[in-house]
Order: sequence, then structure tokens, then C-alpha cells
Amino acid sequence: MTAESYNIVCSDKNNNMKRSKRIETLDRRAVNMDGFIDEWPEMGFVAMHSPYDPKPSVKVENGVITELDGKSREKFDFIDQFIADYAIRIDRAEKSMAIPSLEIARKIVDIHVTRKEILEIVSGITPAKMAEVINYLNVVEMMMGMQKMRARKVPGNQAHITNLKDDPVQIAADAAEGALRGFSEEETTMGVARYAPFSSIALLIGSQAGRKGVLTQCSAEEATELELGIRGFTTYAETLSVYGTEKVFVDGDDTPYSKAFLNSAYASRGLKVRFTSGSGSEVLMGSSEKKSMLYLECRCLYCTKGAGSQGIQNGSVSCIGVTAGVPAGIREVIGENLVAALLGLECASSNDQSFSNSDMRRTARTMLQFMPGTDFIFSGYAAEPNYDNMFAGSNFDAEDFDDYNVMQRDMQVDGGLRPVTEEEVIRVRRYAAKAVQAVFKYLGLTEVTDEQVEAVVYAHGSKDTLNRDAAADIMSADDLMKRGITGVDVVKALSETGFEELAESILNMLKQRVIGDYMHTAAILDENFQVMSGVNTPNDYQGPGTGYRVDGKRWEEIKAIPHRINIDEF
Amino acid sequence: MEINEQLIQAITKAVVEQLKAGETQSAPVETAPAAAKLAGKTRMRPKRSYVGAVKAAQGTNPKEIVIGVGAAFQTEITKTIGGIPLDEVLRNVKAGIEEEGMVSRVVKVMDTSDVGFMALQSAKLSGSGIGIGIQSKGTTVIHQKDLYPLSNLELFPQAPLMNLDTYRKIGRNAAKYVKGEKVTPIECTNDPMVRAKFQVKAALMHIVETEQLEPELGMIEWEGGR
Repeated sequence: MTAESYNIVCSDKNNNMKRSKRIETLDRRAVNMDGFIDEWPEMGFVAMHSPYDPKPSVKVENGVITELDGKSREKFDFIDQFIADYAIRIDRAEKSMAIPSLEIARKIVDIHVTRKEILEIVSGITPAKMAEVINYLNVVEMMMGMQKMRARKVPGNQAHITNLKDDPVQIAADAAEGALRGFSEEETTMGVARYAPFSSIALLIGSQAGRKGVLTQCSAEEATELELGIRGFTTYAETLSVYGTEKVFVDGDDTPYSKAFLNSAYASRGLKVRFTSGSGSEVLMGSSEKKSMLYLECRCLYCTKGAGSQGIQNGSVSCIGVTAGVPAGIREVIGENLVAALLGLECASSNDQSFSNSDMRRTARTMLQFMPGTDFIFSGYAAEPNYDNMFAGSNFDAEDFDDYNVMQRDMQVDGGLRPVTEEEVIRVRRYAAKAVQAVFKYLGLTEVTDEQVEAVVYAHGSKDTLNRDAAADIMSADDLMKRGITGVDVVKALSETGFEELAESILNMLKQRVIGDYMHTAAILDENFQVMSGVNTPNDYQGPGTGYRVDGKRWEEIKAIPHRINIDEF
Repeated sequence: MEINEQLIQAITKAVVEQLKAGETQSAPVETAPAAAKLAGKTRMRPKRSYVGAVKAAQGTNPKEIVIGVGAAFQTEITKTIGGIPLDEVLRNVKAGIEEEGMVSRVVKVMDTSDVGFMALQSAKLSGSGIGIGIQSKGTTVIHQKDLYPLSNLELFPQAPLMNLDTYRKIGRNAAKYVKGEKVTPIECTNDPMVRAKFQVKAALMHIVETEQLEPELGMIEWEGGR
């Protein structure tokens, strides 16, 4: 089959027609390089509602859910069963299901109804009912809902820290700069998976060099990711994927039960964890069971809740090209973010994957989370140029930092970032790169030269840095794992090479898992390692004059963008 | 063109008929007329018969690398998502393996279209324990039989960026893993706009591949030199 034959919905344009210059100009616009497809429920290409979605229903007998969304218990697949047994409050189910979906939708928007009251109602509704509620809301209403239902009072932001060369020195420097710029969490991944130990150590060091208390994680194969966490190289985990159909779960060699088990493995070691899901994955893997993306994502989120996870990364995430390709796809994305918040989950609301060639379109998509604020507006803002983003490109990257800061200032919105000075950037990048150099030397890992440190400090991306011997790095990383090196060894290395303060910070991050408070919903740490979560700083928005407002010191910080007119030089 | 009464009547009649036809359809909510072209279709391509196919045998030659290709490879799909003919892809991977003194065998994986599992199953089948999985859209993984399924030796997730030279290097590197040499992974490539341009197409190609699966066949011998 040729690539061309995929254009199955191409228009019947007459090839001999004289072209309009206007239309030719429009045809060349970036947005027309994006992929669009009509709704096709049979293959799952449908965002909000499929004619094959089940009708909401529930039946409780002797304290057990015996019917869920039109299916009786003996016909349950393992997702239905998991949801019925663990994700719906059985004592609330019949009462909540009796409330019309339209009424629930209105309560979500009504400022006189508290977040707590909504959480109580929603705890008893089924996935199909949830999808029905969301279908009643337009995007502005969804944003109003998110503003009220977000778990943590103050919104946050997360960065991706990666590069094409998997250069650990650049990871450390970019992590330091990202932390300085305000990210509360930083996530790395690799082009070559076996670099993972280097990447996670470099990220751990770099983040603390930029701002104390930043949480870090390394997205890798699940068993590897768990081991990195147990060793203390990372301080949270995010890549526990759940899916909306049984087939896709099975293809990944998984079930909701195995994910719940993995979740508790992290919990037992005191690590913060969130799950990952997002619409479009079932379509991309060819197993959507003809259901809408929203309904399938509701199933994912119920699995997440049932498995006892405090939160989720969702909003189509890496399948955004599919969701955004169908009508109302972007509405569905904020819709699924809202479902997460309605279930009381921390929501790291994606915006972390490029999906459009159009700057206008990609910005518009982000406004839906940026304006109301979510627990993490991006679950991966590329804090490096996108060519270095090893998650295949984020929706915003390092070249958008100033645009983003200006948008915060224009709208008086807290998007989680702050303007910085060039001096500060250079200082923290050098501090981080030097620390990694010292730790690598102390632990007997591959060499980091002074030239490499200098190149990285002043670099924008990996095009400006020196090449490393990848084969030697990988062997050294394998060896590090074999030697049983842990986070404590990193602390020791820093302490004995003159990086006392950094050693102290990393030790403090390791202590978090003993204290355990940061496992609460939507937890982040401030620069004094104090937890701010949905439990001790809950969102109390209830209309004008309530909730989080951008003012005081934070507003002064946002106002101070670098390129203001200096009256003295005017 | 002459506009006469007759023509107007004919047009009116056609429009009314169309409207009527629209009413009788039990169209799902919010489905535009254009969507009708797709809605209702349940397949992309007819199912191919593999009657007489030979189940792939366990390899014993320690020099052997098994290349496991997707269920639609060289049949329903003949070019990668980037437009490279699959015959050429295969020729280059095999040539890379041979250049390093190893031997290749091509099988078709009929029980999964997940490239990680395709590659791992190929590794387990191969005499050397090293295998390569190639989806029909071009996505490729080098795997080793004792690794976790979602781990790998090398992964090439962005198929649109691949060229024949990359495929040849994949063959060479796979052979080097067999020889136990110190292998420098093939340099990563990254196009941050790849999702915007190709993801919908990737989903459709994956559907074409997945609907050809026939799990009970497992893996079958596939010469690939059509």
C-alpha cells in the first residue's frame, strides 16, 4: 500500500482547476501540515461520544456491584471488575447515580457548590456516567470546573530534562536552570535506555543545584524505573501506564492488578507515584472496542483511583496527535483532565507532547490548562530546545520561556515559572556541571572533562556540546548498577568533594521517603523541603474573592520580565 | 450554461432526496455528513489467508539473528511510514548482519503487532539470542532474549526519520551484540514535530497491521525476498 492511499478522506479536487492564490497561501500554513481525520467510531476515532458507548447504570446487591454501565457482573472484563470492586464507593453508588448527569455538570460549574461536595457525589458514579457529565460541559465550563476541582491550592509545573546525546552533564545543567526557573518537578528519559543510571543521578544533582526541594524522576522500563527509585536516584515515579481496554493492557503484559501491585512497591519504599494514561492510546494500538476516547480514559482514571494512586499524568499525553486529529479532540483533553480532578486525583495535565505545526494552535491548546491552573500545567515542559527533547518533542520548549513568562504577566496567571537573569543561569549551570564532574570522578565513572563542563554551561542544546564516548558511558553505567551504588553514595561523594550544601539537599530528598508526607495528593516541596499538597494546602476556590490569587511577592516576580523599557536609557 | 425550469426542478428533486435520505439515517449525535464515509466501516483491508504457512522453528545456529517483521509486512503494506520500500529495508538489515559475518532469518510475527514483543520473540527464537523486530511502518527494536519486554538493546521509535543507512547499521549493530563486541549505539535522531505530521497515519498503519494478526499461528517463516 502506498502512503497516498491513506488519504482516504481526501477532497475530490479537480487537478486542472485554476488555483486561488488565497487558498494556495492558506494551504501552505503550518496548521495544514497537521494530521486530521473524520470521526470513525468503529476504529475509535471519536473524542467525546461514540454511539457504542454504554449507557450509565449500576446495581448493588449485598454490598457488591453486580451491574456496571449496562453489563452484568458475569460479563465484566478485568477492568470492569477492578472498577466495580475498588474504584466506586458502593455505599454512595445508587444515590449518586440517581442524580441526573446534567445536574452534576451544573454543580461542577456552580461556585456555591464546594469541591468537597462534588468529590462526594462523584465518588459514587460510574465511568459511563462520568463521560455523560463531561459531555454537558463546554470548554469554558470545564476550565471553571478545573479551577475549583484542582487538588492543590497553588498550581505547579513540571519540566522534561533530556538531550539527544544523553549527556549527563547537560542534564544536570538544564535541571539546575529549570529548577531556577520554577519547575517543581523534573523528569528525564533517554535516547539509549541503558544510560538511565547516569541520567537519573545527573538529574538528582542538577535539580538541587538550581532550587532545593525539586522532585525528580527517570522515565524508563518499569522494572528499571523501580530499581532507580529504590536506590534513591529518583524521588518520584510517573510512568505507570494504564489503558482503557483489556486488550491493550494484555498487550503490555499487564492488568490493573499488576499496576496496583507496582504502585504499592513504590509506596513501600516511600516514593511519590502517579500513574499515566491519556486518550488515543487504545486507538493507536488498534484496540478501542469502538468506544469514545473520553469513555476509555474514564476507565483508565477509575483504574488509577482503584489502584490507590494519589495522581495521574493525563491529557492524551503521547497520543495527542490522534486525539487532536478528530473533532472536539482538544475539548476532550481538558475534559479528561477534569475527570482526574473530579476523582480527587492529582492531575499533571500533559501539554508535554508536540502535536501541531502551528504556534497558534499549540498555544491555544495549552490555555485550557494554563488559565484555570492544574496541579502541573505541563507534565513535561521541554526545558531544553525541542530537538533535544527525547520524549519526541514537548508542546513548549526552552525557546518559549520568555513567551510563557510574558503570558503569565499579561493575564496575571501563575503558570509556575519565573523570569531569571543570565548571570543566575550561568551560575547554577556551572555549579551543577561541576558537581556531576566531581561525583563521577569520586565514584570512578567515566571522565567529565573541564572542556565539557565549560561547553555545557554556556550551551543552548546538545549541538553546542562535545561528544561523549557512548559505549564507555554505558559500560560504566552498567558497572555502577552492578556495584550497588545508591543515593547515599551520591551524598557521600558530594560531601567529600566540597559540595556540602548539595549533599545536604540530596540527603533531605532521601529523608522525604522516610517522612512520607510527600506521598499525599499533589505534593510538591518548597525550598525548605516543606510539603505543599492537596491535604495541607487544599484548593479552596469558590468563586471571586476566594482560592489562589496571584498577588504580593509572586506577582512582583512575574512582572519582572527581562526586556522592559528602561526609562533612564530612553 | 442555460438555466431553465427543467434544470431547477431536477436540482430541487435531488436536494430533497438527499435531505430525506439524511433523515432516515439514525445518525449518531454530532456526526457530520462527511463522517458517514468512515463511520460503519469495520476494517481497513481484507484478511489475508496464511493457509500452508510454516511455523517458524527454534534457531540453533549461534550466529543466527532472527528478523521478525509485522503481520502486514510486504503484503498489505509495502512502504514504511516515511515511504521507504520494505523490500529495501529488509535487504539492508540483512546486508548489515552479513557484513559482520552473522546470518539472518526472516519470520513474520502473527500474534502481536507490538514492536517490543515482536523483537523479544524474535530474539528468543534466534540461535544467538539477539533479534530484531520491524513493524510495517518501519519502527524497529533490537532485543536480547533475557531482557524485560519493554527494555531493549536499541529502539528506533521515530520511523519517519529512518533511512536505508540506519537500517543497515541496525543489522551491523545487532551482529556486533552477537559477537559480544563493545557496541556504540546508533546515534539518536529526533524530530519534535514527528507526532504532528505522522501520528494519525501511524494509527491507521497500525490498524492495518493489527487486523492481519492470527494469534494461533505465532511466528511463521517469511523469506521476505518477494
